[in-house]
Amino acid sequence: MATAELTTTQKPDWAGRYFHIDQVLNSGGPRTDPQFAAGDEVKKFLRETSKILVIGAGGLGCEILANLALTGFKDIHVIDMDTIDISNLNRQFLFRPKDVGHSKANVAAEFIMKRVPGVKVTPYFGKIQDKGEDYYMQFHLVICGLDSVEARRWINATLVNMVDESNPDSLKPMIDGGTEGFKGQARVIIPTVTSCYECSLDMLNKPTAFPICTIANTPRLPEHCIEWASVLEWPKVFADKKLDTDDPEHIGWLYKVAAARAAEFKIEGVTWSLTQGVVKNIIPAIASTNAIIAAACCNEAFKIATSSAAYLNNYFMLIGTESVYSYTFEHEKRADCPVCGGEAVDINLKSDTTVEQLIDILIEKQDIQIKKPSLSTSTKQIYFQAPPQLEQATRPNLEKKVSELVPDGGDITVTATTLPFNLSIRITYSS
Amino acid sequence: MIKIWSMKKNEDAAAKKKPKTSAAQIRVQKDLTELDLPSTMQTHFPDPNDLLNFTLTITPDEGMYKGGAFKFSFAINTNYPHDPPKVKCLQTIYHPNVDLEGNVCLNILREDWKPVLNLNSVMVGLQYLFLEPNADDPLNKEAAIEMSKNRDQFLSNVKSSMNGRNIKGVQYDKVSVS
Repeated sequence: MATAELTTTQKPDWAGRYFHIDQVLNSGGPRTDPQFAAGDEVKKFLRETSKILVIGAGGLGCEILANLALTGFKDIHVIDMDTIDISNLNRQFLFRPKDVGHSKANVAAEFIMKRVPGVKVTPYFGKIQDKGEDYYMQFHLVICGLDSVEARRWINATLVNMVDESNPDSLKPMIDGGTEGFKGQARVIIPTVTSCYECSLDMLNKPTAFPICTIANTPRLPEHCIEWASVLEWPKVFADKKLDTDDPEHIGWLYKVAAARAAEFKIEGVTWSLTQGVVKNIIPAIASTNAIIAAACCNEAFKIATSSAAYLNNYFMLIGTESVYSYTFEHEKRADCPVCGGEAVDINLKSDTTVEQLIDILIEKQDIQIKKPSLSTSTKQIYFQAPPQLEQATRPNLEKKVSELVPDGGDITVTATTLPFNLSIRITYSS
Repeated sequence: MIKIWSMKKNEDAAAKKKPKTSAAQIRVQKDLTELDLPSTMQTHFPDPNDLLNFTLTITPDEGMYKGGAFKFSFAINTNYPHDPPKVKCLQTIYHPNVDLEGNVCLNILREDWKPVLNLNSVMVGLQYLFLEPNADDPLNKEAAIEMSKNRDQFLSNVKSSMNGRNIKGVQYDKVSVS
């Protein structure tokens, strides 16, 4: 297979392509990492071995892809589930008017390969959730330019869960960029080593939401009218139809209803694009903020891949709304983080140990100080202390053998009021 | 490529957990198993294996809604606790802060939701609405006006609505249990 790929992708690099980058890679300085293998070894890793995944081919993604390709990464994969919209063209510079309606990942990959000979970009037009651990395992690094909290939580949890102590290659550094207008952030997450995305979930600003009674009774802003249409009127009129914010007909209906409401209350400013912006929670994107953040992310990717300089530890924020302010700090791991925190213990049971006996073992364990534990596996509840209905439903399990419910090497998630975090126990059986 | 594993060796074993359970699921398990509800509130899981969808019945033991049993549906999505639970009243009730479609005006369900809040706080918040209805944040405007202008009429409307009567052309569900 290698020969076929060689002919199409491994075109020779043009003269002088690496002149500037090589200044950094040819020799270390007094402060470079001792592991830095200056010269051919690091160049070979960067240009021939390393495989990097870019998640998102939108505002940040276009910048990231271009930066990576020009820095010398040559095996780049990109995932995006979206298609190109005409409103993307002002900043997503890998797309042209003829591309509207096509896959962002496919068009971006083709553009980069045409523009930067010798680089291979492999697109996937679909959701990150379509892919499993075996897919993510092939990369050395993951860079995210995403626009949703949900997708970030998913990829973060996936990469943290992939970490296997006995396999060093299972640790995939993740670089996460994000922008909102003039503000942005770039961070480096080393799964299970540094704080993860879930650790900082409570730092997020909540999306603007208006009190439902204001929407219902005293609208003053065009946004109030749009939310009235989407939150109150849509479910009333289309009881069984879920609002699809990507369907122009749905947006059109909301716009019509919101505009009528606005007219009734003499409110100005309800437009089609505002309607779409409010229901999709679109924050104005600024091309140059994307450029700054993408550049920061790609420099970190380069430094992590080459060890040529110290990488970000671990959170960089940019605030362009009040002059230009930036701050870099180490976000700490949260002991009670449901993804990377908590504690893990191995417990060895006899194959006839019952669930009730296991609970007693947990309560007696001095080092965890647990009272009233509730137990579940990822697919079923084993025993819940509350609420009453679930306690009753799971009570018969107390007499069952743990081995009937959990396979050898299986995990049990334990929560308890006395535990500020969750506990994961791995069960093994001795005969 | 940096040698992360060498720094990893110095870390304690805290990192070796490998849960396949999602963060939202763990959080819901924690919230549910630590619910500390008074006897006036009861949860019901139509499918005990599905922790993300259930109902809550509130039977206030004081105040003007005493004697009623009010049912709410809870729907939790996989982005919990970033997203609040979606809560709806399953009956047509006469209450200033609940509209006829079952939408509830409770700040912590929308604009004031924070991930540090939990299901217990939402449930206690809902019960509070029955003890202290709030005419200043109306969803059922007529009920709110009645409540602030003519309290006696409001109280009698509450009673008859709970018995399943019709008020100003609106048929209310019978929610009284006695």
